[in-house]
Amino acid sequence: MLSLWLNVLASGILLGLVYGLVALGLTIIFGVMRVVNFAHGEMVVFGVYIGYWTVRLWSVPIIVAAAIAAVVMFVFGYLLETLIVKRFVNRPHHYQFIVFIGLSLLFSGTLLVAFGPDPRPTASQLSFQTVSLGLVTLDLARVQAAATAGLLIVLLGAYLKFSSFGRSLRAAADNRLGGLIVGLNIPRVYAVTFGIGAACAGVAGALISPLFDAQPYLAVDFTLLAFVTVIVGGLGSFGGALLGGLMIGVAEAIAALMFTPSMKTALPYALLIIILVFRPRGFFGAKEI
Amino acid sequence: MLANPYVISLMTIVLLFTFLGQSWNLMLGIGGQLSIGHALFVGLGAYSVGVLYVKYGISPWVGLLTGMILAGSVGASIAWLSFRFQVRGIYFALLTIAAAEFARIMFSGWEFVGAMQGLFFPAPTGGIEISMLRGDTRFYYFVALALAALGIIGTEFISRSYLGYVWRAMRDDESAARALGVRTFQHKILVISISAATAAAGGGVLALVQGSIFPDSIMGMGLSVDVLIGPVVGGLGTTFGPLVGSLAAIPLNHLMSALGDSLRIPGLNNITYGVVLISVVWFLPDGIWPAIVRLCKAIQAPPTAWLWQSRKVEE
Repeated sequence: MLSLWLNVLASGILLGLVYGLVALGLTIIFGVMRVVNFAHGEMVVFGVYIGYWTVRLWSVPIIVAAAIAAVVMFVFGYLLETLIVKRFVNRPHHYQFIVFIGLSLLFSGTLLVAFGPDPRPTASQLSFQTVSLGLVTLDLARVQAAATAGLLIVLLGAYLKFSSFGRSLRAAADNRLGGLIVGLNIPRVYAVTFGIGAACAGVAGALISPLFDAQPYLAVDFTLLAFVTVIVGGLGSFGGALLGGLMIGVAEAIAALMFTPSMKTALPYALLIIILVFRPRGFFGAKEI
Repeated sequence: MLANPYVISLMTIVLLFTFLGQSWNLMLGIGGQLSIGHALFVGLGAYSVGVLYVKYGISPWVGLLTGMILAGSVGASIAWLSFRFQVRGIYFALLTIAAAEFARIMFSGWEFVGAMQGLFFPAPTGGIEISMLRGDTRFYYFVALALAALGIIGTEFISRSYLGYVWRAMRDDESAARALGVRTFQHKILVISISAATAAAGGGVLALVQGSIFPDSIMGMGLSVDVLIGPVVGGLGTTFGPLVGSLAAIPLNHLMSALGDSLRIPGLNNITYGVVLISVVWFLPDGIWPAIVRLCKAIQAPPTAWLWQSRKVEE
């Protein structure tokens, strides 16, 4: 019994790290640009498809697929920001919401046209290998996804904290007008921010491609999951995204063990409603990033 | 062509979504509160009618009333909880979506209301029964027409009444409204519960028209989006916007999904819908209706044009 619980807890924590990476992408975009990316789930699914195709065509390891996904999705996010999102940054929230709903319909439609509605499992040898640590047995795909996600979160945090670009990004988040006054190239900062956010989603998608079958309809679930994660932790907070991801991952895993499958999906929302009511700005109740 | 059953049922859907759009429009366009989980209220209305009628044979009129009271109270409690704890703006919008998703998952696991298998109304016998709100497609067309007319008249009535002025003041500047003595907390709860109750009425009729209720289609994210497309495309905060928007968007969507089916391109309607949404917000941020009004003014509008003066959302 103990070993069952430990296993569930461990796999929840591992998946939670990946959720944390997804949520980090959303939270960076919101923190800097004050824009909620309602097409975030589609970007995760793009990553899943990149994982699927690179593994299938060139049979590369998942890590390489994730690196490809990072580059592709960064460029995608950068272009999307400069071409479309840019025009709506200073508009009211409901306009942005509608633009992103439009984008998410466009993306999921494109995925449907390109790959069809059927789920496509990514064949990775790692899925069949396990690693044992005492009572806990874990599959290697999950361990690798979590380790990579965790490492990326740390690296990204360090980059934003110490690099010169990270400083200008945080300055832009703190005070847009002040940033403009001291000569920050705000449009470029915004475009790179959106690129980083999209890359986080894409990498997370590629990392979990051995665990989730690639399917266009997955996107809505990931968008909602990312919202829940981010709000539980605090919208716009870096540590909050990580904490939120871990909480949701563990809560889902425990709920799957204790309740029916439908309860498993409902639990994060129940958690979200409770948290919004009692701690409206999440655990790391940061007003600004 | 107008007697074609397909056209009649398409127009029924257009008119129903006009009504639902009015209810959403009341909340954001006049009350200033963004809801992206309107499917919750629509679904509560649908399930009230469905459960009472299918399980107990009680008239849908009672179901509609029950649904309105239920959704109104749920809306009021969500509003009370969130505004009590200073949840507003985008956080309030996310709370509505969370509540809707939570309800959808609960209803899809609840055996009593049919869970994922859904609820089915008995097939129509052909006769028209006003007391049971049953009839053929043409009957439902007139029901939907009456609802849409009621929605338009009601919106116009509310926006010209004392409440309309108070709500628009509150939408444009909450602190200023409070400084003038408006109890914004109570007014926000009021506007949300009225919007929720009307959405439930629309949802009840929608369930009767469709003849079945499934949690994913009546409470899902997709329905919330469908509800807001009409007012956004047509013109936010205007009286005729939801009608114009639904007339433009819903037939286009049906056309595109039919085209997509026949060409075997399953995502075509999503792509078109997405492109339409983005281009409307890009090129006509006020929506279609205010653009028509401007055009009429430019070419010497008839003297009745004062009726149509649009009230758009200030940024």
